[in-house]
This record gives sequence, C-alpha cells and structure tokens, in this order.
Amino acid sequence: MTRIFAYIVHRGGVADDSAAELIAAAKKIDATASPTAILTGWGPDFDAACSSLRSSFGEIWKVANQSLAYPNAELVRQALVRVLPPDSILLVPHDHFGIDLAPGLSIKLNAAFVSDVLAIDAADGNSLNLVRQEFGGQVSAHVRCDISTGAVINIRPGAFKPEASATASGVVLDKSSAVSALSARRRYVETIVAESGDVDITKHSVLVSIGRGIQEKENVIIAEELAEALGAAVSCSRPVVDAKWMEKSRQVGSSGKTVRPKVYLACGISGAFQHLAGIKGNPFLIAINKNPKAPIFQIADVGIVDDVLEFLPELTNKVREARGVAAK
Amino acid sequence: MVGNYSPAQIAEWLVPGRNLFLTIHALGVACFIYIVAKRLVPLLRAESDPRFDQPLVRLQRVLKFWLGQWKHPRYRFAGTIHILIFAGFILLAARAFTTLIVGVSETFVMPGLSGRTGQIYDIVTDYAATVVFLCMVVAAVRRLVFRPARYAVPTKYGKGHTADAVFLLGLIAILMVADSLFAACRTAGHALQGQPAEALAFLSMPWVLRVAFGSLPLAALGTVNFTAYLVHEVTFYFLLCYRPFGIQFHVETSLFSVYFAKLERGTLKPVRWGVSGEHLDQVKSFGVKKFEDFTWKHMLDFYSCADCGRCADNCPANAAGRPLAPRFLTIKARDYAFTHYPVLGRPKESTPLIGKVYSEDEIWSCTTCGACEEECPLLVEYIDKIVDLRRGMIDDGNVPQSLQKPLKALESRGNPYGKLEKKKADWIKAADFHKDCEVKLLDGNNGAETVYFVDSITSYDDRMQSIGRSTARILDHIGENFGILGAIERDSGHEVRRFGEETLFMALRDHNTEAIKNAGVKRIVTADPHAYNALKHDYKDVPPVEHISQVIAREVKAGSIEFNRVENENNVYAYHDPCYLGRHNQVYDDPRAVLDAIPGLKRVEMTRSRDRSFCCGGGGLMLFYEPKEEQRMGVLRVRMAADSGANVIVTACPFCMVNMEDAIKVAGLEGKMSAIDLTELVDQQIARPVEGETLETEKLETATCGG
Amino acid sequence: MEILVCVRRVPDTSENEIELNAAGNDIERDELVYSINEADNYAVEEALQIRDRVGGNVTVVTVGAEDDEEILRRQLAMGANQAVLLYDEAFIGCDGKGIATILKDFVQKGHYDLILTGVQADDGAAQVGGMLAAMLDYPFASLVNAITVEDGRLKVSREIEGGNREINDVDLPCVLSIQTGINEPRYVGMRGIRQVASVPIPTVGASDLGIDDDAVGEGAAKVKRTDYFVPAASRGAEMLHGSREENAEKVLELVGAKGGLK
Repeated sequence: MTRIFAYIVHRGGVADDSAAELIAAAKKIDATASPTAILTGWGPDFDAACSSLRSSFGEIWKVANQSLAYPNAELVRQALVRVLPPDSILLVPHDHFGIDLAPGLSIKLNAAFVSDVLAIDAADGNSLNLVRQEFGGQVSAHVRCDISTGAVINIRPGAFKPEASATASGVVLDKSSAVSALSARRRYVETIVAESGDVDITKHSVLVSIGRGIQEKENVIIAEELAEALGAAVSCSRPVVDAKWMEKSRQVGSSGKTVRPKVYLACGISGAFQHLAGIKGNPFLIAINKNPKAPIFQIADVGIVDDVLEFLPELTNKVREARGVAAK
Repeated sequence: MVGNYSPAQIAEWLVPGRNLFLTIHALGVACFIYIVAKRLVPLLRAESDPRFDQPLVRLQRVLKFWLGQWKHPRYRFAGTIHILIFAGFILLAARAFTTLIVGVSETFVMPGLSGRTGQIYDIVTDYAATVVFLCMVVAAVRRLVFRPARYAVPTKYGKGHTADAVFLLGLIAILMVADSLFAACRTAGHALQGQPAEALAFLSMPWVLRVAFGSLPLAALGTVNFTAYLVHEVTFYFLLCYRPFGIQFHVETSLFSVYFAKLERGTLKPVRWGVSGEHLDQVKSFGVKKFEDFTWKHMLDFYSCADCGRCADNCPANAAGRPLAPRFLTIKARDYAFTHYPVLGRPKESTPLIGKVYSEDEIWSCTTCGACEEECPLLVEYIDKIVDLRRGMIDDGNVPQSLQKPLKALESRGNPYGKLEKKKADWIKAADFHKDCEVKLLDGNNGAETVYFVDSITSYDDRMQSIGRSTARILDHIGENFGILGAIERDSGHEVRRFGEETLFMALRDHNTEAIKNAGVKRIVTADPHAYNALKHDYKDVPPVEHISQVIAREVKAGSIEFNRVENENNVYAYHDPCYLGRHNQVYDDPRAVLDAIPGLKRVEMTRSRDRSFCCGGGGLMLFYEPKEEQRMGVLRVRMAADSGANVIVTACPFCMVNMEDAIKVAGLEGKMSAIDLTELVDQQIARPVEGETLETEKLETATCGG
Repeated sequence: MEILVCVRRVPDTSENEIELNAAGNDIERDELVYSINEADNYAVEEALQIRDRVGGNVTVVTVGAEDDEEILRRQLAMGANQAVLLYDEAFIGCDGKGIATILKDFVQKGHYDLILTGVQADDGAAQVGGMLAAMLDYPFASLVNAITVEDGRLKVSREIEGGNREINDVDLPCVLSIQTGINEPRYVGMRGIRQVASVPIPTVGASDLGIDDDAVGEGAAKVKRTDYFVPAASRGAEMLHGSREENAEKVLELVGAKGGLK
C-alpha cells in the first residue's frame, strides 16, 4: 500500500488539533496503515511539537531548517519535495496554509490533488473515492481520484472525528539533512495582528452569533439585547463583517477568530464551512434560520425554523422574565 | 413725482447732477449687461433642454406661481412678508424707473401715468415703499433675532448666509428711504415756494419724512433732495449689479425659472434631449459628471435659488440626518458656477462634480419623493438633476456595493431579490386564497380586459403577497375580467431608472411592454404606486393604468362595493399618502373616500399629509441602499402618526408598508401602532354575500387600544 | 505591468437555487443564471486598479466554451484591455491540473508580470492558481487581501486565521490568488457591455498553444467528479416544532442546562 503522510501544523510547541483528524482520515484510506507525521520548522518549540506526537504516530519525520522557522509555503514545499518518497499520499489540513501549500506541491510531486475533502471511502486499487461539497455547501459530490502516482489531499478541518489514538511508540526521524539551503522568491516579512476591539469573543462561554439573516445593521441590536440578557457576547459570520455591520474582531471563522464556547447560538447563519471552522470544542449549537434546508441544521444540536428578527426578541423576553427583569 | 408740477422748478435741484447721473446710468446698465452676459456663458455651454413648448400653459403658470406667489403662503409668516415685498416691487417698478430717468430728462413722465392716474399711482406707491421698508425691518429682525432653523448653514457647507441676507435687506431699505426722502423733500420744496405740491399718502414713509424734514430751509432741502436722489440711483444700480452675485439674482431669474419650469409631474428627463432610446448608444457619456453636463434650465435653477430653505425643511432625507439637503445641492452648484465662470476673467477648467462638489452618499440618499419640488416657490427642479448625477456615476461604474447585487439580479432574473422567474406567480397558489379566487395567467392573449401588474415586491415578499391577494379578491368581487402576467412579468424598473441605470430600465420596460401588449388587455391596474408611476409616465404605448385605490373609490361611489362596520371602533386610522400616488400623481382623495365609506371607521389627518406627506424611506432599490443617517425616515413617520392620535397607519404602497412595519418595531411601538394596506383593509371590510361557507379572509393584526 | 487574470464563469449562487436534477446525478442546470466567479471579479478589479496606478495592460482569460464569452465581455466592459477564450474540444473534461496546464501554455506564449486568479470558485477547490505557479516556477501566494507594487516586487498581505494578516515580499513575475473583499469592484451595466459588443475575443485552441491532446481533457484527468448528491441528514439537529414562545422557552431551558446562564 502507498505510504500515507500527514503534514502536521504546530504552534508554540504544540501540534494542532488537525493532527488527530488527519490520522482518522488516513485510517479511512487504509484501515491498517499507520500514517507518518511530517513536520517542518526550527527551534526548541519545533522539537517539542515533534516529540509530542510520539503517542499518536508510529513514525515522525522531522525536517528542521532555519529558513523554515516561519511556515512559508514556498519553502515548505521545496523541503517536502526533497523528503517525501515518490507516489506517497500526503494529507494536509485545508486551512490558509494548506491552500497555500498543497496545489503547487501536488504539481511538483506529480501527484493528484483533491481539495477540501469531507469524507473518504476506502482506496480501491489505484483509486480513492472521496466526498466534497460544491456551490457553497449546497450539494455534495463523489469524487474519484487516481492515486497511482500519489496524491496530496486537503482535509476539511472538523470533518473527520478524531478517534482515540492507538497508543503508538513514535520514533522521531530527523530528515533535515535532505534539505539544505532553501530559497524562494517569496519572503515572509511580518504578521499584523488584528485589532482586538473592545469585546474578545474568544473569552465568552456563550455566543449569540449572527449571520446574513439579521438583514441590516439596525437589527444587530436585537442580538445585542439577547446577549446582554444572557451575559453573552455577539459574534458573527463573514458576510456581516463584509457588510460592515460588525467589526472584524467579532468574526468567527477560518479567517476570523476561533472560539470555544459552551453554547453557540447560530442566528441566521447558513452554516458555511469557513464559519464552522472557527468553532471548536464541540459546543452545544442551537441554530435558528428561516431556511429549513440551511446546512447548519445538519451539524446543530437543536434547530428552529424561524425568522431570527422575530425569534430573538421573544427569546430575550423569556430570558429577562426568567431573570426577574421586566420584559420590554 | 409724476403729478402736476412745473418742470422748471424740480429741475433746478437735479440739473447740476445730470452728467453724473447719466454716467451712473451708463455705468450701471453696462455693468449689469456685462455681468448678466457673463452669467449666461455656462448656459451657452450647457446641454439643451426643450422648454419652449406650450407658451400659453407656461404663461398661466407664470401668472399663478410668479405673479400669484402661489406657493409662498405654505409658510404663512414668511410667505406673507414676501408677497408684500413682491407686490411692492411690482408696484414700485414704474416709480423707480421714472425716478431714475428724471435725473437726466426732467420732463419725463411714464406713459399712462400722467394726471389723475399718476396721482393715484403716487399715493399707492407711497404706501408700497413704506410697506416694503417695514418688511425689510421685520425680515432683518427675523433673521437676526428669531433665526428660523431652515436658514441655518451646517458648518460643512461653509459660513452662514445671515450677514449677506441682512446686508441685502439693508440695501433695499435704504432704497426705499432714499426714494421716500427724495419725494418728501421735493414736495416740501414745492410747498415752501408756494407751488402746487404733490400729495403724499397719509402716514406713509414719504409723508413721515416730509414732516421730519419739511422745516429745513430751501437750500438744505435741495441738498437733501439731491443726496437722496444720488443715494437712490447708486443703491439701485449697486443692487442691480450685486444681485447676480448671490441669491438675490432670483429677482431677475425667477420669471424665467417659472416660465421654463417643468410642466409634467412624475416624469424624468431623457438621458439626452433629442436622442431617442434606440440611438442612445451614440451618446458617449451618460448623465452629469461635470457642470456643463447640466442643461441650461438646470443652471438657471442654480441661479434662481432664493436660499429660503423650504426644500431642505421638507426633505425627509435631511430630517433623517442623511448627508443630503436639496438647498445645498443648488447653492453648491451655484457657487461652482460663480467660481468657474467668474465675472472677471476667463472660465476655469471644469472639475468633476462627484467628489469635489457633491459626495456620492449625498446623491444616493435621495428617495425622489418630490417634497422639495413641491415646496420650492421658484419651481426649481431636483429629481432630474439627482437622476442625471446618478446616471453619471453608473456610467463610471461608481455604484455602492449594496446596490450592485440587486442591479445584477434585476439584469439576470428581472427582480432585485434574485428569485426565480417561474416563482413570480407562486403567491396565487396559497391554499386558502386559491380555492376562492382563481387568478388567470396571461401568457399570450387569454381574453382578459385588465392586467393586474403586481411588480416584484408584492410577488416575492412573504408579507407583501397579502396585498396581492387582497387586490385580486377585490378585483374579483367587482367582477373585473383580469389576469396577471406571472413569470413573464419583470420588475417595472421604476427605481432602476431613478437610480440612473437607464439601459437596464429600458430592457425591463421593453420586455414588460411587449408582455402587456401580447396579453391584449385594455387597461392596467396596480396596487404599487411605483409601478403605477412607471406605467403611466415612463412607459409608452401601454394601455391606461389606474391605481387600485382609484378603482375602489369609483366602485364604492357606484355602489358595487359595500362595507361592513369596523370591528373595533376604538381604532383611529391615519392615511399615509405614498409619494408616488399622492405628490407625484395627485391621487389624494380617492383613498380617503374609500376609508370614509367604511362605517364606524374613525380617521384623522396627520399634520403632514397630502402634498406635504413625509416619505416612508423609499421603495425599490432604496430598500437595499445602506444610508448614513441618524434616524430612519419611517421612524419619524410613525411617530407623526402617533402624534396625530392614530393607532393604525393605512398605506397604499407595499414599500410604505415595509418601512412602516419595520419602523414600528424600531421605534418600539409594537402593540401600540400597526400598519395595514388599503387593499387589505378593504378586503377585510367588504360586505360579501354569504353563500353557505364564509370566506376566510386573511387575519391581519390591528392593534386595539385600551386592551 | 502586464497583468493576466484567469477567470471562470459559474452559476451565481445568490440568484439560483442549486438543486439536484431528476436523475440525481447532476445539478439542475436548466434555469441557472451564470456570472463571473465572485473572487475572480475582485481579482479583475484589483488588476485594473494596479494598472491605473502603475500603467500597463490587463488581459482576462478563461478556459471554456462559447457561453463563457459573456463574462469575458463583461470584464472588457469593466475595463480590461483584452480578453482571450481558450477553447478546444480536447479541453473538455479537464480536472484542475488540466486547466492549469492549458493556462500555463498560454502564459508561456506571452509575457506577463503578474497573474491573478480568484482564491476559489464554485467547486471550492482553490487549486488552479497554486498549480499554475508551480508549473511556471513562479512564486505563489494565496488568500491575498492587499497588494502594494514596489520595484520589481510586490508587498502582499495574506488573510490568515484570527483576522490576522501575513505580509510577504514576492518577486515578479508571480501568481496570486485573490480573496473577496480586497477592494470594491466597480459596477458594470448593460450599457457598458453593449459598448464592447464588437470587440473581438480571440479563441485559442490546443494547436495554437502547442498542447498535446493527451496532456489535457478527460483522458488526462486524475480527479473526476462521479456524481452530485444531497446527503441524507445523518445526525442533523433536533428540530423544535412548537410555537415561537414554546421554542424560546425550550431554548432558554437548554442554554441554562448547558451552563450558559450565569
């Protein structure tokens, strides 16, 4: 069977949650296979991250190079090309880095590439059957991929439930020598951190999150009143920020903040994957949406088909009553 | 001055000044002609505007609006003052003219004003001058002490206009005093010399001045007389030449701005006069991007503004705190004309208007409600200018993102919501409705007499579909042979046009026109005033169109519609005039007649009603635009309804309905105020013959007061 | 600067209801309205703004068929200098790599300093830009939300998590994939399109590009979509069906139970 590798994203000495998801995805390709972790980086944090994977991976390939201290996709790509055996399958999380790295990598490896995969059926011969979504998540598609010369597969974060890992006694193999001087015509300069604004949504355990269903800026107050009654904060999806109804610091999603609340009220949010990618920790998700076919209802715990502009004030009243505050 | 007197005596005092006076005449007139000629330069470079048709109608309007000062009493106090001043000026014209000539031609007498007529004229004008003078004082006090809000100039528009206003008032006052003093001294002089003295009107200013100065010795009187004459002439010519530099230019231009004013309501000027729709491709640039793109009449409007502020005072966008005040649209353009076409020097290079003179938001903020045009005493036009400015922005691709989506949807799906064409008639399939009222679909000639043009919002919006169903039931009840176009109906394009997208509008119009023609109907009915206005004024070659309120009123009068008593007689109803039914098309009485025909219905008028109705916030594409404002127009309007003592607002427009219901929530008036469409109310109240099963009309919320 | 923007015509998700067709193997395409992929539109606007700042030329290109000309024309109306349609029977059935291959051969026939694509299209693959760059050996950056032109280089900002921005220095020539929201695209109306109605849009085929038929098209594709489907709601939410008031009470109860009320 083709060798399966999982590219591990790490920060501050800790591996990202996606590592466990990639293991689950690998198992779908080949239940018997044990994927090899592959990481790039530099420094003590990097070493720590590699070590931390010992309990989940049998083999960990460590590619250390000073120029890889910051994950520049152009440089990482070059490194991986030198290190990966031919015809391998590489799993990568489909995030801003994976989008940057994977397509070009697949060309350099002369491997197939499939993006943003939600589900995998077992490999049959030289083909892999995968499930993707199209049209903003409105329909799903079965995709067949020829893996005879290997593949790079981007896995949608959160799509594969991490299983309790079989305890492995991982061995860290240092592959750094295969990579010498790396240079690229794209150089990392700096990261500009987004302004935090007055409310830090990542610190709240209950979020009232609004999407396009709020319809206009003047209606945001409906959500704010509910949040106030609940002692929660208002967050939002990307379209709300694009329309300038809320600050960027309130956005939950792959290009916004990652939140780990206990309770998440998705109000007028359709459930696009980029938004859901920002919700971690499996909170209790209550979805309110006018459209009964909204994708959010597939992942929510509780769903209500209603107009948020009508439902939220009603809920606010109930909360206030319960708290002994006079309902308005 | 024009009475019986001996020329020899009067001439003595002024003769020494004849050359001086003549010089002043020559200079003054030459200056004035030069200044006016320079002011006309931009008009010669402007776009054409055919305003020379229907001279008799135009003259009638001059009599009504200019001479008759028809619009001035809308602001009672200021209007009265102005009418007095205007009447005074008209009366004093001959007198002023005579006075000026007398300095160089001593025996001059105005033809027709000799003898007895002349004497009466003198008496009348003595009073006229007095009244004008007093009006100047009152006006100055009003400007300086009472400072009515509408004259205020927000800081972003520059410094205040009060100083200039008071300056002008002062000059006119001086003119009156000088004239009166001149007459007083002359009379006193004649009397002193034992000659026949002209009678002065009792207690008029000349009379008072004569009492004051009459005891001076003759020589002194002569000096005062000469000085008064000189002051009069200089002030007269100074004013004449100063007026074209400011708002007082309206004294000269008002006659023309009224004569050449637009004759029809509800219409829009074409992109280019003289270029028909099919040939528009040849026009290089659409709309107004620079000053010279305006027509000469629009430029004349900029000159004619009297800065009275009545337009801005009635502008709902201004009241809501949007960055638009019609008054400053005009004043800023006028200032541009003054700077770029100076009296001294060559015209300066043209600069773009958007960004430099006007902000984009300023121009997108207008709902085209027409309150400004309704109010303006000089008949200055606004809507055509705003639409032309929008056409220019659209031509440059400069469209707010919030409007791009509905425009794109209109282009691909024929409605701003992007909904499927085939679902346009789904509203007729509602279960309860369908079994009682079958609505014909007119695709091809189905033998219907009337087409009910539903338009986009009523077809697709869950809430507004109720208006569609009510209208259909009403038409059914009166036995109308009607149908709807269904999937082949596109948006009427009314707002598309008024937002400046002329090409898209023409595509929608042509499509609808063909669909209506193919349906072979003889008339059109609609419940949407925007569609009504479009079909009436923007569309050509379609059958005559009526608004449903007109149909209902007629049927009520004929007795074919009878009403049940209202259920809750405690409700107080206020009718809100939609802009495109009321102001633009002057349908005020029919909806009211319908409401008054409902037994037990208590109706009140809001303070702002009929042609002073306050726009709900706008319809069509305006529902997508995200304005910068302090308040919603709708919120202001529902508060007006509450203030009038009403707890139900009746509208006759789906967009008014959207805005009212929204505003009721935002204003926190839920439970205290509700809104209902005229068709819904009529549908609810129609006395229908009971045949076994009673019809379940849709339940509509009406608030009850007192529980 | 010579700028090439690779664009694609897609069903407009906001003006269509995407549904499966009766056979259940494709989406219902009968009444679909198409337009340019949203991210590509932002890319074209960005190209036009760069050109207006530093001078140059903007070309828009698409791999497609006759129907796709309409979006090319729309971009010409928007202000692009020229448009090219890459069409050949041999191109039908390409996967992402096939499209990138065709584009690569087209790029190599000309000279472009900057190549832009939208970050992703209706299939959400977000792949063509990166593949094209690798084939050309040009540097690549995705999710670009700001571009500053410097001397022979670009300062490029990428959108990363947390709303943060990663600033990179990229040498020219390069390929960038553009994220929505980078600018405010100008409006293009029917009139604009009419004005460019007679501008020729050349069609370039496989032989013009010197492409081997075997390298592209269905035969060469390694990734193929076999069908569309709508997944049976496996878990899905527990739907509440009470009155609004009842639902609100239930939600309040649940929020409290999950520790959401302090």
